[in-house]
Amino acid sequence: MSDSIIGAGPRRIDGRLKVSGAAPYAADHYPDNMAYGYGVFSTIASGRVTNIDLSEARRSPGVIDIFHHGHFPSLYHTPSSMMQGNKVEETRLPFEDDRVYYEGQFVALVVADSLENARAAAYKVKVSYDEEKAIANLDQGVKAHGTQKGKGNHSRGNPGASFESAAHSIDYTYATPVETHNPMEMHATVASWRGDRLHVYESSQGVLQEKGALAKIFGIAPNQIEVESPFIGSGFGSKLWMWPHAVTAAAASRETGRPVQVVVPRQQMFTTTGHRPETRQRLRLATDNQGRLVSVRHESINATSFTDQYVETCGSVTKSLYSCDNVLVSHETTRVNRGTPTSMRAPGAAPGLFALESAIDEMAIEAGIDPVEFRLNNYADRDESQDLPFSSNHIKDATRQAAEKFGWSKRTPEPGSMREGNEFVGYGMAACNWEAMRFPCDARVSLRADGTAYVTCATQDIGTGTYTIVAQAVSDVTGLPLERITVKLGDTSYPEGPLSGGSWTTATTLPAVAEASRKAIEQLKSHATSGQGAFSDVAAEDLSFENGQLSHNGRAMDYTEVLGAQRLASADGEAHTGGADTSKYSFRSFGAHFVEVRWDPGISNLRVSRVVSAIDVGRAINTLTARNQVEGAVVMGLGMAHFEATDYDHRNARPVNNNYAEYLVATHADQPEIDVILLDNPDYEFNEYGARGIGEIGITGMAAAVANAVYHATGKRIRELPISKDKLMEGIPEPQRA
Amino acid sequence: MREFDYARADSARQAVSSHGTNEQAAYLAGGTTLLDLVKIDIMRPEQVVDINRLDLNEIETLNDGRTRIGALVTNTALARDERITRDYAVLSEALLSGASTQLRNKATTAGNVMQRVRCPYFRDGVSPCNKREPGSGCAAIGGYNRSVHAVLGTSDKCIATHPSDMCVAMAAIGATVQVQGPEGEREIDFLDFHLLPGDTPWKEHALKENELITHVTLDAPIQGSRSGYLKLRDRESYQFALASSAVIVALEGNTIREARIALGGVGTKPWRVKEAEQALKGQPANEQSFQKAADIVMRDATPYEHNAFKIPLGKQAVIRNLTTQTA
Ligand SMILES: Cc1cc2nc3c(=O)[nH]c(=O)nc-3n(C[C@H](O)[C@H](O)[C@H](O)COP(=O)(O)OP(=O)(O)OC[C@H]3O[C@@H](n4cnc5c(N)ncnc54)[C@H](O)[C@@H]3O)c2cc1C
Ligand code: SF4
Repeated sequence: MSDSIIGAGPRRIDGRLKVSGAAPYAADHYPDNMAYGYGVFSTIASGRVTNIDLSEARRSPGVIDIFHHGHFPSLYHTPSSMMQGNKVEETRLPFEDDRVYYEGQFVALVVADSLENARAAAYKVKVSYDEEKAIANLDQGVKAHGTQKGKGNHSRGNPGASFESAAHSIDYTYATPVETHNPMEMHATVASWRGDRLHVYESSQGVLQEKGALAKIFGIAPNQIEVESPFIGSGFGSKLWMWPHAVTAAAASRETGRPVQVVVPRQQMFTTTGHRPETRQRLRLATDNQGRLVSVRHESINATSFTDQYVETCGSVTKSLYSCDNVLVSHETTRVNRGTPTSMRAPGAAPGLFALESAIDEMAIEAGIDPVEFRLNNYADRDESQDLPFSSNHIKDATRQAAEKFGWSKRTPEPGSMREGNEFVGYGMAACNWEAMRFPCDARVSLRADGTAYVTCATQDIGTGTYTIVAQAVSDVTGLPLERITVKLGDTSYPEGPLSGGSWTTATTLPAVAEASRKAIEQLKSHATSGQGAFSDVAAEDLSFENGQLSHNGRAMDYTEVLGAQRLASADGEAHTGGADTSKYSFRSFGAHFVEVRWDPGISNLRVSRVVSAIDVGRAINTLTARNQVEGAVVMGLGMAHFEATDYDHRNARPVNNNYAEYLVATHADQPEIDVILLDNPDYEFNEYGARGIGEIGITGMAAAVANAVYHATGKRIRELPISKDKLMEGIPEPQRA
Repeated sequence: MREFDYARADSARQAVSSHGTNEQAAYLAGGTTLLDLVKIDIMRPEQVVDINRLDLNEIETLNDGRTRIGALVTNTALARDERITRDYAVLSEALLSGASTQLRNKATTAGNVMQRVRCPYFRDGVSPCNKREPGSGCAAIGGYNRSVHAVLGTSDKCIATHPSDMCVAMAAIGATVQVQGPEGEREIDFLDFHLLPGDTPWKEHALKENELITHVTLDAPIQGSRSGYLKLRDRESYQFALASSAVIVALEGNTIREARIALGGVGTKPWRVKEAEQALKGQPANEQSFQKAADIVMRDATPYEHNAFKIPLGKQAVIRNLTTQTA
């Protein structure tokens, strides 16, 4: 078994709990005497609260207390450092003052004895405002107050001069709208104080960061706080960092002396828990007359909030994907009246590769070269931005394999040249790319006398399958079957594990778990060979352990008997493993998407009909969950390409489609045939498993692959997402102006 | 949710009397519109009358060939009924194109007729909106008005579409709405049931305060006709129509003997276009005739900032659907 469990495809060990409703999510916890908090949210996007009339709300049934800027404990700011483990994205505290920076900001919190009573009373709170003119979008922001310098900038060579003298060049601007994570499960906090200790259930991708941030904000020691997040109805990045609702819950609980639950309503999932920001990206590319890139400039601006600078590093991939001596990547931000943006699946790369990979397509066409050929000729063989070799890069293989499986050779290059019945068929492709990261991690494994293993680590399973692959790693080392392995995650009382983000959970967690398993076996052997042990006459290093059995020279004994004979509950191992050494290699994952779209001009209908994606992420620990990550990301990328946008009223910065019916994500009916090729090239420079991580890469490049296919089908180049039918239609009359 | 009084009625009469003339009373059927809007504080009934126990669950074929649908027949049951799929394909298709399976299982025939607009400014509780707060204005005009706003039947007081798919099919088929009031029963022609916004967009339908819909009765099917519903939207499922068409056509050879056309997603009410039907009558079933009919449909359309594309899209919905039904 130990040979095959890594790289096999066992089903999720927590699957039954989830489908039977037995998995406890944050808001499924009901501590005794719990009260419910419901927010009152600002209905303006910019200005001041001038008055809060609570008279009617106070008389509403069941109300316990109502918090607002005039009635809230004085708290501290967190330094908001990821390295210190106390980062939040929106650094302003709720109710800190009377300012309103975005629509949907908490301006009060009603605490009552039931959710219904809290909500009813919240509707009766009357807030008066002094409204100021809101900055409603990126263009308005740039116009009103220009831009601020961002981070992650890069330059090499002389891109300006080489552009001017190049044989072929393009210069286009691409735009992406606000996208909202919209996980199924709302953000939710259940906070309770016992004396000076705070306990929190949160839907969190990072329990330790939340613990650290709460410690700073409430001015208490981290060891007075426990945060639990055993199950998460997904997050896509919106649950990496704690948001204001959690602070309101914890403070309200302390003030009222009762546990308090706060669930963020769907409407405010669009405002107060982050979003992918709006971007504008100018791409200037040039090639020599052989179609080799000689100049690449990727300059982006993203909208951020008035309270925090969040930089969407759109050019992060542009630095190293293609070989080019003259490169400029720059990021700037502008302030708008929206909540603070945050990471959303493949931050930077997802909008960045929409622009870059659309531009590469345009460049290839300009240079008269097939887009696949163009990429194969220009992909970088080493990371030129850091002057380091890649630890492992099979993008050319990925591109060729996907092209072959997709049938790219059947493509006739002329736009609109492929037709079936009412539909024009378009083929497009794009590269995908994501950084591979690995951080320090602790884990603990106990081999217990009852024959089971018990594993703990304060990382989280955000729906990706972490529970399962951790069990696989333990099974791989110990030989125990999965059903005898209990994995516990998402609790700050466990050994320190990573934030579930950046696609680094697998690469970070598994080495620690494996090491802890080996240490547990070592301890087991030392028990067995001790004075009272069953193998007291054997040296520990001569004892072998396989499939739960200790053996030496033909004498074998089940390890449970060894422990039982000594009345020992368990043999334990604790491990600490380090992060990746980034001084010798550049670690990245690669891949390519090939997409077929169909455009029916008679009814202006566009659909994505077929996707082939080849992904090079090193080794897949679990082929079932790995494939599932790529398929999910492809569908999300299709949504990004075709549907997703949070729309704001340009007059007052209010989001208008802030619900699950009108914010369009791809439905089942929109899903194309998806064929995922997992290249299996273990990257042992990165870790002992050769695994780099797979959660995000699948969304990168998808939007561009769709846009490129749309161009091929229709002859129209859409440089602003989403690619909705109105952007492809002809004969639209001039609208009446109000 | 604010507190309200709740009464459960056992008969139509009792429902009407429990409801009374209180403007703040509401019948509760499937609740998919009502409870949704109560929870976000847009509808604030003081009295809710639950009508789910009323005996209005039948679909009956009447002697004159018409089909009578009880107010509480669910959208799912109606769509799957054999008589409906056989005689009124357009209705079944319209129903199945709407909402989601879960919603259709709860949604009722009368509730669907009575559903409220999806305009975001209506739903946000604060923007000027004449439907929610008569006289306050219309934030959709000059605002974001792409998906759920109309190009036909609009006024400078309101431009929200009537969101129903089912009603578009009913408008094409022809129907009457049976209602029960304190003085007894009466009938309203389906085409007169929904009102144009005009200067009073808060008046959405022809019911008097406490009248209860008991049935919707479909006209007898047109002999030898084919029918279908075509819904155009951004994604394939779970979205209101950007433009849709309900079409019924009967041919004689290749000549159109009779045609019915109604549109959804583009009008402030289910949009039947008799003039376009007249123009098709006696014409050959070809692209030219269909194009002419489509042009008539959109002749008086008013495009707003973000929804001008609905004019060509609505025409396409008509042309493609006619093409399919006459192929
Ligand atoms: C997310 C979402 C998506 C949707 N998508 C679509 C779609 O794509 N297409 C579509 O057509 N519809 C769609 N709908 C609307 C759905 O069809 C309606 O909500 C449903 O038909 C309403 O029926 P109900 O029985 O639940 O009505 P209820 O919510 O119970 O009632 C609605 C209204 O009708 C009144 N009422 C109910 N019964 C009677 C009666 N017998 N007499 C007088 N008044 C009565 C109620 O007082 C209330 O005002 C969607 C709804 C939602 C929430
Ligand atoms: S379109 Fe109608 S529903 Fe929407 S804001 Fe205007 S008046 Fe209200």
